[in-house]
Amino acid sequence: MKYILMMMGKKSDFDGYAKWSKEDLQANVAFMRAFSKELKETGVFVSTEGLGWPSEAKLIRAGKDGEPVTDGVFPESKEFLAGYWIIDVESPEQAYKIAARASRAPGAGAKAANMPIEVRRVLSSHADLGL
Amino acid sequence: MADQPHDVPFEHLLRGLAPQVLGAVARRFRDFSSAEDAVQEAMIAAFRQWPKEGVPENPRGWLIQVASRRMTDHMRSELARRERETAVAAETETLTSILEIEADMDPDDTLILLFMCCHPALSPSSAITLTLRAVGGLTTAEIANAFLVPEATMAQRISRAKQTIKTSGVPFRLPSPHERTGRLPAVLHVLYLIFSEGYTSSIGSHLQRFDLACEAIRLTRSAKTLLPDNPEVVGLLALMLLTDARRAARTGPDEELIPLDKQDRTLWDRSEIAEGIELLTAALSKGSVGLYQLQAAIAAVHDEAESVEDTDWAQILALYELLNRVAPSPMVTLNLAIAAGMVHGPAKGLELLRPLDRDPRIAGHYRLDAVRAHFFEKMGDHEAAIQHYRIAAARTTSMPERNYLLTRASDLAGLA
Amino acid sequence: MKYILLMSSTATGVQGYHAQSKQDIEAHMAILHRINKDLSESGEFVATQGLTGPQEAKVVRGEKNGLPVTDGIFPESKEFLLGYWIVDVSNAERAYAIAGRISAASMNIPIEVRQFATYEATSR
Repeated sequence: MKYILMMMGKKSDFDGYAKWSKEDLQANVAFMRAFSKELKETGVFVSTEGLGWPSEAKLIRAGKDGEPVTDGVFPESKEFLAGYWIIDVESPEQAYKIAARASRAPGAGAKAANMPIEVRRVLSSHADLGL
Repeated sequence: MADQPHDVPFEHLLRGLAPQVLGAVARRFRDFSSAEDAVQEAMIAAFRQWPKEGVPENPRGWLIQVASRRMTDHMRSELARRERETAVAAETETLTSILEIEADMDPDDTLILLFMCCHPALSPSSAITLTLRAVGGLTTAEIANAFLVPEATMAQRISRAKQTIKTSGVPFRLPSPHERTGRLPAVLHVLYLIFSEGYTSSIGSHLQRFDLACEAIRLTRSAKTLLPDNPEVVGLLALMLLTDARRAARTGPDEELIPLDKQDRTLWDRSEIAEGIELLTAALSKGSVGLYQLQAAIAAVHDEAESVEDTDWAQILALYELLNRVAPSPMVTLNLAIAAGMVHGPAKGLELLRPLDRDPRIAGHYRLDAVRAHFFEKMGDHEAAIQHYRIAAARTTSMPERNYLLTRASDLAGLA
Repeated sequence: MKYILLMSSTATGVQGYHAQSKQDIEAHMAILHRINKDLSESGEFVATQGLTGPQEAKVVRGEKNGLPVTDGIFPESKEFLLGYWIVDVSNAERAYAIAGRISAASMNIPIEVRQFATYEATSR
């Protein structure tokens, strides 16, 4: 069963991250690397991606003439996807356990960040969406 | 050089033979596109069978035979589809002699393929993928792995690239010496792009990707063999070697990015540097001062410096000024500003960066803020440096670069 | 250059979608299918996924004793991800054009476009 584990953050969270001390940044980067490595070694890893900064995000709608209309303005409360892991596991409980580990990535002040990780199951096709 | 993900003893042999086989089969059957598919299939068959059966006595002949069989099978089914006359069908029934095909081989075939695959009608991305497959002999899977896209996507790109060649009517023949002069820059540009792609992606090992930098060097060596004494080809090879020489020093133990001024120079590959310098000297002695030779000369100044402090920045500045006349671009201006900053002080560097804010090709690019931050740091304006490091970090999509920039900012913030 | 195109909605939005006729929903699916096909053909397709609805979503925080605390609150107005496309394109404008097409096919729902970070030494 494929699950996506999503790390989200408001713009203020990203700005906060950018101000972490060198040691905290390095500890977090090291954790993420080790975490992905562990997922690979335990055979559950499908993929992981980091996304660009919220300041670079664009919102697109189709304009009247079909040309895309680009907008880079988001509300302050908007939660941006920072990155995700996709894992293939036997049960939802296994997915939550792994998400909990991700959540304990070291944060500012060398404490566990306890970031909320949103866990969703990935469908195999749009037909499953029940739309 | 790093092991390729697909590292097999005869891989090197196989890939060296690929363009020769393709040239022969394409020439014989007068169908580059189908021949390219057939050779790809023959390569895959070799990867599957040779580990079990051993490398054949005549590996090239083996590949030609398998590829030819695919071609005749393909043609037969095409003919059957089109319900042609049996007289024509009978011709394809004749056993295609490997000896005949090999006799038809032209030592220029690899060069023909290189020019074809780098034809200006193709987008850089198409030319890169087609060159890697047809001239490099990489499998679709290897190329897909190198670019981190699904295999089916890469197969489709190559298919479309060949379609472009077909519709553009690019002939399977060597460009005339006159045409060659005009077409060579496109070839060198593609090879350079393959190298850049490989070099930037070789940071850190955590993504086992095909070593394109190594492949680019190999292909450029081939090009040099095919076009001996061409100063731009020699210059390009020199540039690649002088750049690749620093590869081991670019990444720290935690896979962090280490900039040039902080690298452990004992990790630089001295033999690559020596070869690069030798080639560069040969290229420059021809009297021409092209784009790649200039870039190689700049790399040589860095590589020959014992330490950062010993770097002849005045020489580098002079070379960038020359490069700015030969091939101006915002990136050249940026690098010129860096060099000027080292020679005349950071204030001068900042001054030279200002026009770039008005250049849409680079305004808003992370490097502009990264370089600014560096100058502000040198001037002791830590607040401005921190601000620009953080702006640059938000603008870059390179994780190692982002981590580096944020770390620089935090370092300075910590000094407050 | 790899981009992820994110399609999100709210519970209210999805309800509105469900309220459409079966034909309209099928027509929408057909257009998205067509878009995927075109992306495969152009050699730009990397992946596309749909996600299960928010009613099954969990938000996990690791607690000190290591046991996950699960919490699945999604108020009516909270946006959640429905699915995404990952494309590999020559430039940003191409990513926006694809997003525009998806948006147009999907009742002009705005599509968030984000570039992937890479583990390469420099940005594209």
